[in-house]
Amino acid sequence: MIKILFFARLREQLSTDCLQIPASENITTEHIRQQLANTDDLWAKVMRTDSLLVAVNQQITDWSHSVKSGDEVAFFPPVTGG
Amino acid sequence: MIRVQQNDFIVADEYQKLATDNQDGAVVTFVGKVRDFNEGLGVQGLSLEHYPGMTEKVLSNLETEARGQWPLNKVTIIHRVGDLTLGEQIVFIGVSSPHRKAAFAACEFLIDFLKTKAPFWKKELTSAGSKWLDAKASDDEVAQQWSTKLNH
Repeated sequence: MIKILFFARLREQLSTDCLQIPASENITTEHIRQQLANTDDLWAKVMRTDSLLVAVNQQITDWSHSVKSGDEVAFFPPVTGG
Repeated sequence: MIRVQQNDFIVADEYQKLATDNQDGAVVTFVGKVRDFNEGLGVQGLSLEHYPGMTEKVLSNLETEARGQWPLNKVTIIHRVGDLTLGEQIVFIGVSSPHRKAAFAACEFLIDFLKTKAPFWKKELTSAGSKWLDAKASDDEVAQQWSTKLNH
């Protein structure tokens, strides 16, 4: 399984902070993004936001990063702390 | 030392911890606070969310990067999360060093990169309701300028 996390505006828009999806062979962060976007119109809109960021195992990465079972994938907007 | 916490911090106490070593001729600290305006709206408070685990890693990496650039002795980074009201303290950065310029530069570097790299998100409570803040391009530019400065 792959653990998926959502933060801030995404978490609120999707009313979801965490979910699990089954792992399959040769998948990337972009595949997961597309899979989630296929849920419905709301998910499609949120997951296709241009500024969306993705982290794998708590490290920011790009949309071609491969993902395997046991990984933690997080989606979130640009950060605004400090 | 890196702390992400709901509780407030006391600047005098943090200063004391930074200022114990006689080898250090300089201690520089920065405090970020909740201010009363943003983009023309009155701000009553904020709510701060973070990504537990990743936040501490990013801050720890920033500390390592700063130590690679400047001769630093002590480094303290504290960031609060949860609901904060107007005027409250949000973030503390403190560094000690034998040298003034190193301490100033490292402190500024740490807050500039905390703002653009550490996974915190602010939601403002204004007179017109609550609203997630958008990241500012100007903050990214400030962080990018460091790569030019540090290559000199």
